[in-house]
Amino acid sequence: MAVTGFLTDSTLCIGCKACEVACKEWNDVPDDGFVWSGLSYDNTLALGHSTYRHVKFVEREPKAGCGGNAKEQITWEFSSDVCKHCENAGCLEACPTGSIVRTEFGSVFVQPDICNGCGYCVVACPFGVVDRRPDDGRAFKCTFCYDRQKAGAEPACAKACPTGSILFGKLDDLERAADRRITQLHANGMTDATIWNPKETSVGGTHAFFLVRGDPRAYNLPLKPQVPAALLRQSWSAAAVAAGAMVALSLVSFALGNRNMTGVEGSRRRGTR
Amino acid sequence: MKPHIPETRLDEIREQAALGRLDADGIRPPGSPFPEAISYYGLPLVKAPVWTWEVPLYFFVGGAAGASSVLAFTAQLTGASPSLVRDARWIAAIGAAVSGPLLVLDLGRPERFLNMLRVFKPQSPMSVGAWTLTLFGAATAVAVAGETVRLPRVGDTAAFLAALSGLAMATYTGVLIGATVIPVWAKHARSLPIHFGASALASAAALLNLCGHDEPALNALGLAAAAFETYMSIEIEAGNDIESEPLRQGPTGTTIRIGGFFSGPLPLVLRLLGIRSKRARRAAAASSLLGSLITRIAWIEAGKASADFSRPD
Repeated sequence: MAVTGFLTDSTLCIGCKACEVACKEWNDVPDDGFVWSGLSYDNTLALGHSTYRHVKFVEREPKAGCGGNAKEQITWEFSSDVCKHCENAGCLEACPTGSIVRTEFGSVFVQPDICNGCGYCVVACPFGVVDRRPDDGRAFKCTFCYDRQKAGAEPACAKACPTGSILFGKLDDLERAADRRITQLHANGMTDATIWNPKETSVGGTHAFFLVRGDPRAYNLPLKPQVPAALLRQSWSAAAVAAGAMVALSLVSFALGNRNMTGVEGSRRRGTR
Repeated sequence: MKPHIPETRLDEIREQAALGRLDADGIRPPGSPFPEAISYYGLPLVKAPVWTWEVPLYFFVGGAAGASSVLAFTAQLTGASPSLVRDARWIAAIGAAVSGPLLVLDLGRPERFLNMLRVFKPQSPMSVGAWTLTLFGAATAVAVAGETVRLPRVGDTAAFLAALSGLAMATYTGVLIGATVIPVWAKHARSLPIHFGASALASAAALLNLCGHDEPALNALGLAAAAFETYMSIEIEAGNDIESEPLRQGPTGTTIRIGGFFSGPLPLVLRLLGIRSKRARRAAAASSLLGSLITRIAWIEAGKASADFSRPD
């Protein structure tokens, strides 16, 4: 099976949220609360246990500063966020039950019949995607419409996208398409358009990648994400040092202590057998 | 005359301030907006841990039990009093028996706890921990059973396995939270296993003290652990990295300090007095136990605060 991916092009997004709705309907995702956030047109705010697609509304106003306004112009960008389906997926590595697997399409999938809701994937995702659904107890995130892909169909969000902002296809093809698109945008004068795909980090690239304008961090897309596995070696080494110190200290203490013991200071309350 | 600071330099300072690393001493132009990190409306980047009270309590109980099994083994090896060995084995076994239910309770689907043993994944500290606790639970139970039914060879073999897995029990929880994306935990991935290990050792020595054992070795171990915990508190206070802010500020900072005081300086002084005074030893033991529990709670809560303040970088 070919490795598939998502290319989400924010320069084509019109913020209609059809992807959010299509995802909710197809995957039977429950209500994620209805709150007026006051943050642009975004009342969803983040991906989570009951949000697998989330349209971000990035408003950039000129910043007031010392000596006049900053150089930025007002912009209003939309970008549909989704699970990144990392090449080195923190959640997949962390999952102790083997519930989270890599599918034949290269995507990262939480098997709902295995997950026991330990919550370790939640603190292993560098993008804050996967979360535990409180009333259900299990962890949920984008399935990359595994069921639809199995049947040869494209994911519901890509199917519903009216502008072609969400592109689904073979990962290699999408990467070439993104390069073509960025060249075209730069030629048209949109010089702040960039591709976000953290290939140079421990995440090793993502299967869902993004074309955004300006600093990707304004979309909560970190430039230097890190998978927890990168910390394992130093942390286990420290544990080994601690374990060694504990054995050495107790051996020395007891050995010296017993030599000095006369029985007077010893266990008086309990008799020895 | 006011010094002229060009807009480009201000942008530079904003960038640095957003990362919490200002190199410009004294340059905070009056009336200028405090620079914010570049992020999506300041919403958190990573999700907060979903763990509730069971997890820090398990860290405390499991750690104390693990260190206790290490003390049981080393005490026996060096010919300490059999009653000390027996009590240490019992503490380990009871702690292990309590640990399992605590972890099961924390699951979103407790009835599926056996799925933890579906696979063994060395790359997942949670998986390593689940298997360690299973081995530890079995070994500590056999160790006390072997002693009770007078099968010393079986008991001693089990006690050796309990000590081995106990070493992991006392330290792996530091790796468990250290190797994550939570900024404050990840920042301390290297020190957390030692911190939790010292805390576990102090608790085990304290529990044996409170069971009526007054071996100088226990006081010495408590002293060493308290000394390390004091050092850890100083290190946290002396740091100025933005990731560790939850350890120094707000309710989590206060809790860390309280936990640090009861695990570090207070038992350190009491243990020194405890070389002569039995009452001081008992007080040190109580203080260490309380400190160890508060410390684990504080670290989990600091992780939650840290996630809420996480920004992309």
